[in-house]
Amino acid sequence: MTDTTIKVDMLARVEGEGAFKVVVREGKIVGTEFRIFEPPRFFEAFLRGRDHSEAPDITARICGICPVAYQMSSVQAMEMALGVEVSQPIKNLRRLLYCGEWIESHILHAAMLHAPDFLGYASAIDMANDGHADAVKLALDYKKIGNSIVTLVGGREIHPINVKVGGWWKAPKKRDMMKLREDLLRALDMADAFVDFTAALPFPDKERDYTMVCIEEPNGRYPMYEGTRLISNRGMDIPATAFNDHFDEHHVKQSNALQGRMKAGGAYLTGPLPRYNLAYDKLSERAKAAAERSGLGREVKNPYRSIVVRAVESLFAVEEAIRLIEDYEEFDPAAMEITPRAGTGMGASEAPRGMLFHQYTLEEDGSIAKAQIVPPTAQNQPSIEEDLAELIADELDRPHDEIQWLCEQTIRNYDPCISCATHFLDLTIDRG
Amino acid sequence: MTGRPRLAVWKFSSCDGCQLSLLDCEDEVLAVAGAIEIAYFPEATRREDDGGHYDISFVEGSVTTPHEAEAIKDIRARSTTVITLGACATSGGIQALKNGASTKDFIDAVYAHPEFIDTLDTATPISDHVKVDFELRGCPISKTHLIELIAATLAGRAPQTPAHATCIECKMAGHVCVMVAEGKPCLGPVTHAGCGALCPGYARGCYGCFGPKETPNTAALSARLAENGADRRQIRRLYSTYNTNAPAFREEAKAHD
Repeated sequence: MTDTTIKVDMLARVEGEGAFKVVVREGKIVGTEFRIFEPPRFFEAFLRGRDHSEAPDITARICGICPVAYQMSSVQAMEMALGVEVSQPIKNLRRLLYCGEWIESHILHAAMLHAPDFLGYASAIDMANDGHADAVKLALDYKKIGNSIVTLVGGREIHPINVKVGGWWKAPKKRDMMKLREDLLRALDMADAFVDFTAALPFPDKERDYTMVCIEEPNGRYPMYEGTRLISNRGMDIPATAFNDHFDEHHVKQSNALQGRMKAGGAYLTGPLPRYNLAYDKLSERAKAAAERSGLGREVKNPYRSIVVRAVESLFAVEEAIRLIEDYEEFDPAAMEITPRAGTGMGASEAPRGMLFHQYTLEEDGSIAKAQIVPPTAQNQPSIEEDLAELIADELDRPHDEIQWLCEQTIRNYDPCISCATHFLDLTIDRG
Repeated sequence: MTGRPRLAVWKFSSCDGCQLSLLDCEDEVLAVAGAIEIAYFPEATRREDDGGHYDISFVEGSVTTPHEAEAIKDIRARSTTVITLGACATSGGIQALKNGASTKDFIDAVYAHPEFIDTLDTATPISDHVKVDFELRGCPISKTHLIELIAATLAGRAPQTPAHATCIECKMAGHVCVMVAEGKPCLGPVTHAGCGALCPGYARGCYGCFGPKETPNTAALSARLAENGADRRQIRRLYSTYNTNAPAFREEAKAHD
C-alpha cells in the first residue's frame, strides 16, 4: 500500500459527527485531516442579547454529555464580569456536581465507547454478549452512581436545572446527601475494580512528547472546577484571564469547529493526560496507589493509556465526592445577590475531556454583548491530526481494516465531544 | 413485527443528550438490547448503516443544513415507525433561535470564513419535513418516557405520556407554587408535563423544556407575568428558549416584540 487513502466518513462511538482522512503517498503519510461536519448551531451568536442569568442553562445545551462543564465555566465567567465572589460552600457544591459528571462521562467513554477498541468489538453491547458481561455491568452500576450525584445536586443528569449565576437555586438536604454517601462508599471498590479492568487492556506501545495544558486551582486541589491559572509542561504559568493572549482559534475548511493553537506556535493537548502529569501530587493516596498498581508511572505520554487515567480520575472523583459530602452543611440563602452591571469575565474549568474556556462581555443591564466559548475538542483537533500522522506512520504495512481500526482508536483517546466542538467522525486514507 | 425489531438511532443538529438518555438507562439498557436489534446507533456502536429497512427510527435533532433536509426523507422511506426524541427534533430546539435572524450575521459572529459554512436559514422540526409517528418531548427527554415508549412500541400499543400541564404535576408533587408564593416567573401552566415539575421542586420557575401543552393559554400567563413585574423583553426571552419554534411559544414571543 504505497498510495492510498484511509478514510472513515462517520466516526462511531463519539459524541457528535466527525470524519477523518489519512493520505499516503509512496508509503509515507503526507496529510491527515480530522473533519468535523456536525452542523453549526451558532451559540455564540444567539447568546448576544440574552440575560447573563440564562448562560448556564443555554450553554449546557451545547453538549448533552458534559453540560455541567458548560454550566461551571459560564457561571464563573459571569460572576467575574458581575464582580461577585461566591462563598466556599457554593464552590464546594459545584465541585461535587462536577465529580458526578466526571464519573458519569469518564465511565461512559472508557467502558462503552473506548474499551471495545482494545478488545476488538463493535460496541459495549457486543462485549457484554461475548464474555465481558461482568465488566459492562460493573461500568453501568458505577456510571449510575455518578449520575445520581448530578441528579441530586443538579436536579437531573442531563441539563441540570439547579445551577445559577451567583450560586444555586436550592441547597440539597444533608440527609439526602448522606444517602448518596452510602452509594459512593459502595462505589469505591467498583472504582478500584474498574481501574484494574482498564489496566489489563492491551496497549499499543507508542508515545508522543505533547505540549500539555490544564487549569490550576488556587487551593492546591486537583484541577477540576476553579481554573484561576493555566499551566503547561513547558513552563507556561498564566492567569486564566490571559487565555486570549496565549491561545488562538483558527477556522479551517474541513471543520465546523474552530481549531485551537498556541500563539507561541503549535498544537497542544488538554484533558486527562495533562491533568495527571501536571497535578499528580494532588491525587488522593488511593488514586495514586491505583495508578502505581496499573503501571502508569509518574508521567504518562502514551495516549492510549488515557483510558487508565480516566479510571484513576474517576476513583479520585468518588473519594472527593465522599469528602465533600461529609463536610457539607446546608446553606441559605443558596445564592449571592447579583446586581447587573457592564463588565467582562472569563471562566476556565476542566470538562472530563479537557479545558473549557468561556468569556463574556455584559452590557449595563446585564445582557450579553459578546460570548466566546472554547471547548476542549476544538483545542485538541490539531493534536488529533498530528497523532494520526505520527502514531500510524509505522503501521502502514498492515491491512487497511487494521489501520482504520487503529486510527479510530487513536481519535477516541481524546473522548472527542464533537457536538461541543461545534460543532462527527468519518476516516479516509488517501493513497492516491 | 416478527422477531426482534430493528432499531436505528439518527442524529441531526443537537447536543446528543436525548440519545445519551438511552445509555443513561443503566438498569435497562442491556435488557433493551436483548429485546431490540440495535442495528444502527453510531454513538454506541461501530456498526454502519446497511442501507436496509428499519422497524423503528429514533430521530434526535432538528434540520439545519441542506444535507439534513435530504437525509430525513431517505430515513422516512426506510423506516416503518419514525419517533422523534426531544425538543430539537420535535420543535427545532435552541438552535431555532436563528430563525428570523440574519444567517450572515450569525456566521460572521462565530466563523472567520463564511464561505466554509453550509447552513439553512432555519432550524426546523422533523415533522416539517416528513410524517412523524410519535413525538417525545423534552430538553432532554425523560428516561421514564423513553422506557415507556420502547415498551409500548414492542407491545404495539400507544405510549402513555400525559399531555396535561407541568402545573398539574407540580400540584401532584405537593410543591408550593413559586409564582403565587414568591412571584417567580413560571411557564408551568402552559408547559407539557414530563419532568415531574422538577424546577419548582428546586425553588425556581419552570422554563418550558417540554414545550407547550395542548391548547395553552399563553396570553393569560403573560398578563400574570407582567403583573408580577416582568417587562416585555423578559417575557419574550422566557418563551424563546429550547422550544422557541413551537407555534404557541413562538406566537406569544412575537406578541411581545
